[in-house]
Amino acid sequence: MKLEIKGLTKRFGSFTANDHIDLTVEPGEIHCLLGENGAGKSTLMNMLYGLLEPTEGEIVVDGEPVTFTTPGEAIEAGIGMVHQHFMLVPVFTVAENVMLGREQTRRGVLDRKAASRLVRDLSDRYGLKVDPDALVEDLPVGVQQRVEILKALANDAKVLILDEPTAVLTPQEIDELMAIMRGLKEQGTSIIFITHKLREVKAIGDRISVIRRGKVVGTAQPSASEAELAELMVGRSVQLTVDKAPATGGAAVLEARGISVVDPRGHLVVKDVSFEARAGEVLGIAGVQGNGQTELIKSLLGLVRPDAGQVWIEGRDISRHGPRESLEEGIGYVPEDRSHDGFVGSFSVRENLVLDLFRNEEFSRGPVLKRDAIEANARHRIEEFDIRTETMETPVASLSGGNQQKVVVAREFSRPLKVLIASQPTRGVDVGSIEFIHKRIIAERDRGTAVIIVSTELDEIYALSDRIAVMYDGRIVGTVDPSIPREEIGLMMAGATTPAAANGGAA
Amino acid sequence: MTTTTTGPAAASPSPEAPVRDRADVRRQVRLVITFGLVLAALVVFALLIEDPKFTYLLGEKRTAEFTPKDANATVISWGAVVVAAIALVLAVLDRFPRGWKGALLGILVGLAFYAGFLMWAYTDQGEGGFQAFIANPIPGTIRIATPLVLGALAGCLCERAGVINIAIEAQFLSGAFFASVFSSIAYSSLVFIPVALCAVFGLLGGVLAGVLIAAMLGWFALRYRVNQVVLGVVLVAFATGLTSFLLGQIPSDHKETLNDPQVLEKIEIPVLADIPVVGDALFNQTLLVYLMYASVALVTFLLFQTRWGLRVRAVGEHPKAADTVGIQVNRVRWQAVLLGGVFAGLGGAYYTVGSTGAFDREVSAGTGFIALAAVIMGRWHPVGATFAAVFFGFMWNLQNQLSFVQPVPGELLGAAPYLATIIAVAGFVGRVRPPAADGEPYVKG
Amino acid sequence: MSETPKDPLGPGAPDSGVQGQGTTTQGAVPAGKKDAGRNGAGRDRDLTSWLPTVVDSIAAVVLALLVGALLIMFSTPRVVESLSYFFSYPWDFFKFSGEAVWDGYRALISGSVGSGTAWTRTLERAAPLICAGLGVSLAFRAGMFNIGAQGQILLGALVGGFIGFHYDLPPGIHLLAALLGALVAGAAWGAIAGILKARTGAHEVITTIMLNYVGRFTMLYFLGKEALQRPDSDNLLSPPVDDSAAFPTIAGVHVGVLLAVVAALFVWWLLERSTLGFEMRAVGANPDAARTAGMSVARVYVSAMALAGMLAGLAATMTVLGRQDSLTDQVAGTVGFDAITVALLGRTTPLGTVLAGLLFGALSAGGLSMQGAAGVPPELTQVLQALIVLFVAAPALVRGIFRLRGQGRKADVMATGW
Repeated sequence: MKLEIKGLTKRFGSFTANDHIDLTVEPGEIHCLLGENGAGKSTLMNMLYGLLEPTEGEIVVDGEPVTFTTPGEAIEAGIGMVHQHFMLVPVFTVAENVMLGREQTRRGVLDRKAASRLVRDLSDRYGLKVDPDALVEDLPVGVQQRVEILKALANDAKVLILDEPTAVLTPQEIDELMAIMRGLKEQGTSIIFITHKLREVKAIGDRISVIRRGKVVGTAQPSASEAELAELMVGRSVQLTVDKAPATGGAAVLEARGISVVDPRGHLVVKDVSFEARAGEVLGIAGVQGNGQTELIKSLLGLVRPDAGQVWIEGRDISRHGPRESLEEGIGYVPEDRSHDGFVGSFSVRENLVLDLFRNEEFSRGPVLKRDAIEANARHRIEEFDIRTETMETPVASLSGGNQQKVVVAREFSRPLKVLIASQPTRGVDVGSIEFIHKRIIAERDRGTAVIIVSTELDEIYALSDRIAVMYDGRIVGTVDPSIPREEIGLMMAGATTPAAANGGAA
Repeated sequence: MTTTTTGPAAASPSPEAPVRDRADVRRQVRLVITFGLVLAALVVFALLIEDPKFTYLLGEKRTAEFTPKDANATVISWGAVVVAAIALVLAVLDRFPRGWKGALLGILVGLAFYAGFLMWAYTDQGEGGFQAFIANPIPGTIRIATPLVLGALAGCLCERAGVINIAIEAQFLSGAFFASVFSSIAYSSLVFIPVALCAVFGLLGGVLAGVLIAAMLGWFALRYRVNQVVLGVVLVAFATGLTSFLLGQIPSDHKETLNDPQVLEKIEIPVLADIPVVGDALFNQTLLVYLMYASVALVTFLLFQTRWGLRVRAVGEHPKAADTVGIQVNRVRWQAVLLGGVFAGLGGAYYTVGSTGAFDREVSAGTGFIALAAVIMGRWHPVGATFAAVFFGFMWNLQNQLSFVQPVPGELLGAAPYLATIIAVAGFVGRVRPPAADGEPYVKG
Repeated sequence: MSETPKDPLGPGAPDSGVQGQGTTTQGAVPAGKKDAGRNGAGRDRDLTSWLPTVVDSIAAVVLALLVGALLIMFSTPRVVESLSYFFSYPWDFFKFSGEAVWDGYRALISGSVGSGTAWTRTLERAAPLICAGLGVSLAFRAGMFNIGAQGQILLGALVGGFIGFHYDLPPGIHLLAALLGALVAGAAWGAIAGILKARTGAHEVITTIMLNYVGRFTMLYFLGKEALQRPDSDNLLSPPVDDSAAFPTIAGVHVGVLLAVVAALFVWWLLERSTLGFEMRAVGANPDAARTAGMSVARVYVSAMALAGMLAGLAATMTVLGRQDSLTDQVAGTVGFDAITVALLGRTTPLGTVLAGLLFGALSAGGLSMQGAAGVPPELTQVLQALIVLFVAAPALVRGIFRLRGQGRKADVMATGW
């Protein structure tokens, strides 16, 4: 099936998300769509999938112009999509998720057996191993993604759109996914592969289109160099690494011993984890999403009480502290999901900049807020952190992802810290903000703060860390030096303990 | 002090540490406290009995068939104490079973408490005068539970589809009013309708009114995306005002044509009604009660065994996922809300044609909110909600029955069903997981 | 879970009109507009976004009155009878309808603002609505839907009234003691729901509704006691409070009305200027972020509900100490429930609550004279109140009917789950 996009445009009010985009996908081709966060890739795909209506332009399938007003029509036309945020109902089984929207019934009763059979057939044919009767919420993310692909295949997709599919996978799983993609390609399926990772584009793409600020700014061949692609994507030359001096490696500031956490559903998600963070050093915690990092960090903060184990800061036991006491001990925290935990969306920039500081003498006297001091602080931080906002009264929810993150970072960096814990500090953030935030983190390290970075992006881990701990299935499977090759860390992220792990793990 | 404990991370052995979940400990503590209190109360009840004679009745009322019989309370009260003691010991040893066995044992302890309490309440009534007897609680329970169950089913349907329905009370009120009006009109004006079917015609009116309120709920919640909790409260105020207003509009000389309904007759189901103790209670009831039995089965089947039900649950859990496979989210939600209106309207009809007859101001007396509590206590499952509703019916019935005996103040009994709801929601349900998209309007994009 | 926006009705207030889709997920939208010359823009936006809500509110009131007119028409026997010969004499129908609606609404206006006594009645009816409405608003801003004002008022009335008629104290002190008793009792009753939510997660909508009933039975229980029984009556009725415990009157209006204004100022100060209010608003808008920022969500829940109960207790004093009503189980009337609609109509801001309270007070005062002068049933005002809130909550509907321009504000997504 040949898919053409001609002059497709989408406007939200005065903002143009997609500006006259032209794109052609040949049958059996893997077409990569490269662009950074917020460039308009997802908007384009949502129009292609009938989730958004184009303001202008047309979509042509095999020479016939088509319009999709619902995803149902797109599915009918042979378009399948694997969404960045999985479109799976967590409390349904795999089979139920696959049959949803195309249910078979026998005398009015759902035919669950037929659905299971279909899932088994498809997973055999494409080599996607899944248990059809498992509940989706119990499956690891990598398997959930397979379910998403199965869902699209069950609908006989001729064009498969994969939206940032590798963000949640280990390097090995990424290799598997690429193998699956090649297999699909051989069977004649066209694939649109959306990503912002240069390495993957080069590895799998037949053709590359680069999108920036809602426009196609160029096409490239997979043979192009990473630096060229990056420049095309961002619009200027990009520094792919962070400048930093070697770590000074001071005394241990934060120590965790034997931490275990049981989640609300009764699963043991953090299993006897011990580590330490030292002054003037960045400890990177690598691992695929959902291997206990979230819960581990929350237990350090006192947001979740560990079911076993202890945490010390400079020798003081803080395991029974709540978040407020932990913050007062000098922990700075950049949460992984900023709009969930990091800021109050309806609050102004000014208010969010003192969200955890308003109790300090600087900003309040007894029960009364010092409005002048809070305003002065906002003015100062907006300047210092280059937060792009109309005014300090603008609600944070209306800022771009990068500027939202800068608000959180600015707030956390604006008091003296002993430990900085940053989870996914640059997720969903534009390249300019990434560079800025990385620089600030290293500056904080150089001031003698112990820094803990949790990231699922290996690039980020390598760029910042002085030591890397790898988490898998609730454990730290090893602590290694950043000189270790990517492949080895990849293996550890899949659970292997390497010889290097035993050596590097020494405290 | 702690830096000395620092050792190589790799050296610490890491077998699966036997971590006991804190929630698990909390459960045990809660069980021990509950059973301890129950045991203490039962011992006190048993000790307070001086003259262990009491009378009971297999039926609900004294009739030719059912006459009060005498019995001795001692065995029953101390038997109850033994049951509670066993449960307490199991809980202390952390051997209290889980799953359905635990639930069963829990219900048994509840029944034991009920029995022990009744023994205390009905013995020692003094000589002479009126002697209250323990009547069969089942018929009353079923009757009171009928509208609650129907309302809770409406709540389940709406909320499984992701629309919060606090307006069950509004549906009850308007259902009750129009059931009465329809039945009255059928009897007085529509002569072609046989008298026996007038009350059934009233049910139709109730259903229409329930669906009408559901349509308002759907219209404002789905079309205009009004906050659904707010909307529910406002709809209750609206329905309360409107039914009172309309009631005031019925002139007293027109009362028999508009608000003097025929009520539903009891229908005895042969064979089944002859089962001892429960037969008469369960199978000699009105059409509405039988409809209630059928509705529970129907809603459960619809939600969990049909294509439509799968889609309803999908739009309530993850509407965008449903949208991406071509399901029209708001259409499915509309269907669920309107179907819910049918059941809630039937529930409302209970308060007029299903029981006493004429509509009166706020005749449902806030039971719509109790039905809502039943939905939550039943964890959004029709069967669970039914059990919760029956539990409330039981408490209410108990209150009615105990009003004949002295030891407990009437106001405490009056407040008991509401207190029971608070304790149930706070103590045993706590943070339950509602459908993930409950109350969230769906917007494409 | 999902964010509970501070404005329950959706669009309107300056800092609520932000939605998740469209702008934010699409990424860098307004980036780069950072010239200092636009500093005033924030204030301008506040004004323009406030204006349409006033227009919407007025339109909603007008629409509700139109529906009310229909109800008046069909509750007038003459109008209904004229329908039977509508095709012979259509004029009769229009004439009688016009007269009925005119009479009704004229009585409504003259009975609420038409004279000095009408004003007094309006103010005295508005005062408890404002106080209890402030309580509902405050709890809402902290992320809780307080339906329990009714029970909190009953408890406040019980304790305040009991102190008022049972003890003999010097004038000023007696009033103060009764007032304090009512506030503390209301606060305690409100705090129960807060504690239950904070400790067990029990949803406050359920617990506050149930506490209303429990409150009523508590009142009944104590009314049955000898100490609360009015000597000259057989009904469950207490004596009125002593004059030494009653609010003094100034120009025909009791001082309690002033207290309602003070309470509104206090709530405004609390929400906008105090650390506790900052925490409340943060918890109300995003409890997860508030917790991560070291705020105690549990403490906020409890204190917000206690304050809400205290305001309901203040509302109780308006009847018990202000009008010197006897205690019955009906002493709260429907104030507790009307307070919810008042708070919602006032968009849960203090100023809005005061205005909405005045409107509802006027409707309630005028409703009485409508019944007296024009024979319109008093339940009509309850229907009107519900309709007003319903229409305010759905601005798109009202705008569609009146062909008002939309100002580019869609009906916002309001996610408030359980």
